[in-house]
Amino acid sequence: MAAAHHIPDLLLQSAIYLGVAVMAVPISKRIGLGSVLGYLLAGILIGPWGLGLIDQSETVLHFAEFGVVMMLFLIGLELELEKLLELRIPVFGMGGLQVILTAVAVFALGLAFKLDWRLSLVVGMGVAMSSTAIAMQTLSEQGVLQHPAGRSAFSVLLFQDLAVIPIMVLLLILAPGTGTGEGLHIDILAIVKAVGLVVLLILGGNYLLRPVLRYIANTGLREIFIAFALFLIIGVSILMTLVGLSMALGAFIAGLLLADSEYRQELELDIEPFKGLLLGLFFIAVGMSVNLELILQKPLFVLGLGVGFVLLKTGLLFSLAKIFRQRTADALLFSLTLSQVGEFAFVIFNSAADNNIFTTETASLLNSVVAISMLTTPLLMLGYNAFNSRRMNRKDERHDEFEVQRPVIIAGFGRFGQVITRLLNGIGMPPTVIELDPNQIELVRNFGFKAYYGDITRPDVLQAAGIENARLFVLAIDNPEDALATARYVQKHYPHVKILARARNRTFAADYVGMDIECVRETFLSSLHLGEKILRELGYSAFQAYRTTWRFRQHDENMMRETHAMMGDMQQLVTHSHRSRETLANILAKELGTESQPGDLSTGWDKKFDQD
Amino acid sequence: MSNKILIIFAHPNYESSRINKALMVAAQHNADVTFHDLYEHYPEQMIDVSVEQALMEAHDIVVLQHPLYWYSCPALMKSWIDAVLTYGWAHGEGGAALKGKSWVHAISSGGAAAVYQRMAYNQFSIAELLRPFEQTATLCGMDYLQPFLTQDVNQVTDADLQMRANQYAAWLQDLVDGNLPPAVRTAHSEQIDFLANNLAI
Repeated sequence: MAAAHHIPDLLLQSAIYLGVAVMAVPISKRIGLGSVLGYLLAGILIGPWGLGLIDQSETVLHFAEFGVVMMLFLIGLELELEKLLELRIPVFGMGGLQVILTAVAVFALGLAFKLDWRLSLVVGMGVAMSSTAIAMQTLSEQGVLQHPAGRSAFSVLLFQDLAVIPIMVLLLILAPGTGTGEGLHIDILAIVKAVGLVVLLILGGNYLLRPVLRYIANTGLREIFIAFALFLIIGVSILMTLVGLSMALGAFIAGLLLADSEYRQELELDIEPFKGLLLGLFFIAVGMSVNLELILQKPLFVLGLGVGFVLLKTGLLFSLAKIFRQRTADALLFSLTLSQVGEFAFVIFNSAADNNIFTTETASLLNSVVAISMLTTPLLMLGYNAFNSRRMNRKDERHDEFEVQRPVIIAGFGRFGQVITRLLNGIGMPPTVIELDPNQIELVRNFGFKAYYGDITRPDVLQAAGIENARLFVLAIDNPEDALATARYVQKHYPHVKILARARNRTFAADYVGMDIECVRETFLSSLHLGEKILRELGYSAFQAYRTTWRFRQHDENMMRETHAMMGDMQQLVTHSHRSRETLANILAKELGTESQPGDLSTGWDKKFDQD
Repeated sequence: MSNKILIIFAHPNYESSRINKALMVAAQHNADVTFHDLYEHYPEQMIDVSVEQALMEAHDIVVLQHPLYWYSCPALMKSWIDAVLTYGWAHGEGGAALKGKSWVHAISSGGAAAVYQRMAYNQFSIAELLRPFEQTATLCGMDYLQPFLTQDVNQVTDADLQMRANQYAAWLQDLVDGNLPPAVRTAHSEQIDFLANNLAI
């Protein structure tokens, strides 16, 4: 019976971590602090200097670093080798300059304050690192991973990952008591081992990994597939550690090798939840490692150092971004995202302490400084968002004066809106065109087209454009969410205006159908048109190709109506991307199930002639 | 029991046809009449066969309302006939979906009745010109009825137009009530019988 009361530590700790995350993160998100700060605060709360529920932050931190590793695996999966090669200038240019300049600046400052040169150098290299976990999480929460700021930040982070290797080697050389010759010896051996492993990994990945994955996928056991994915990541990470490379780098390479494999999506879906939870755990562990006692002893020193590093990094990164010709807003976002000192700094400082470059107390102090700097990022992002939304609002309030009101209003003068406008001009019914991008307006103005500047999602712009008296409102803007929101607004406030919309895809089209708004999927008809040409190349006669394509269109549109009816209320609950994937899977499965016969796409014509 | 009437309407630019617009309005006020505009439903000219067949099955009398284009119907209506009246459904083995239903044309033409006669401008009577339709209906086991003609439409006054629309509405009501126009069988006209008999000798 006594055994029943004994709860394993692991379970108890898991309960504490999960519980505190579930409590803290939603609140933090709700009040606009973001999830990262929520995790960090949760960590401080349960840590040895908070409630003291858990006292082994060190072990947890090591374990949770796997979240970062998995994240890099996923990043590798998302990225293809070609894309990576495209990034070589920002990676080596921006990333290289960032690491070197930051390290040199901190080193110089250290020397200026008459500190030990080894200490200054190690701190400099540590501070140069940014937190991949925090930065990527921030970028994805801001939705700018694919934007210039996001791509640059990613490039710099990638270089930092690479830089860890020489830095770790350098630490061995710096260690007091190691002769230069011996250091060099280790250096060469390490490099040989490292290069050997990377080559082995690439070869193995190319020739071995895929057959193995296929074999495992063919068993049809999902949990075994997940187990293998985890095994792969952990295995590669261990191998990398053995030769002194960063685990994250290994996972990244593994991901990269699988980027164009057919199991990419499955791997992504399987690893994603593990990554999310472990990253959360990582942030909690960072929160726990904040040594409140130490900070309270020298509050000004620790806080000052943390904030000082952040300011220094921000300044350097911002200047770099400007040198690489980024827009001020992008440069600001980029520099703030990378302004904290990252998790690699923990590794570097602890390893330096192990090598007797400085004392454990110093390492602990430095770790607290790093944790403090990590705390600043969510706060800085809050400030950035506030600044940005004010700036955006100020910008958006401006719009051109509409000197005439016309029966047709077209929102968006991109590839889509232009064609519509030309058609309407052709029948002598010029529309009022509203466009958000000044460059686009300038460009078409050269050809005699007039588009008005304004943000269509703003009620006052709609009003000024004359929505009150319009007959038709055409939504041709690129951003599908904005389009949908605007459609909702117009339908509610101007029910007499007929709305016609461009729908990004099937899922958005389903939303419009649900709102009783007519829409056209933006690439559907053009894909079919090309499909028709393909049929012709395959030997179909012109009319046969035309009617087969037409029949397919009917089939697809019917199916869309059916799935829409089936999804019903589910629509509101899940995100668009999820739904898109599900609907597509649904449709493909359906088509697979019916095993489409050659005659399935025949029209009355074919039936008649088949049998006559 | 009243008859259900299906008007299959084909006019590629009825916007410019005063008479068809007036007839269209007249047709739409009868609850037993379904007005089905082919060019409106199929601007891309591709006909949805199953929809059309279901429509046919749900009605007793099919009225083909169209202008006379080159002594026949507009192209889309011919397409409709080609695609919808499939083997095994409308005719041939097991094709009895239309058996016992009626087929009748409502035609508007620019020329007066006088030009559609032997030795006249158009050489043939309208009944003769419509023989392919007659045989089509017959093959499908349908009764082919005497058409409703609105002729000489180029010269009509507004008052005249209204009158013809009223006549059309009344004619449709007659169809609904079961007062059908006589069936036409030009293949059995006296003249044809005469020729056939003499050739046989």
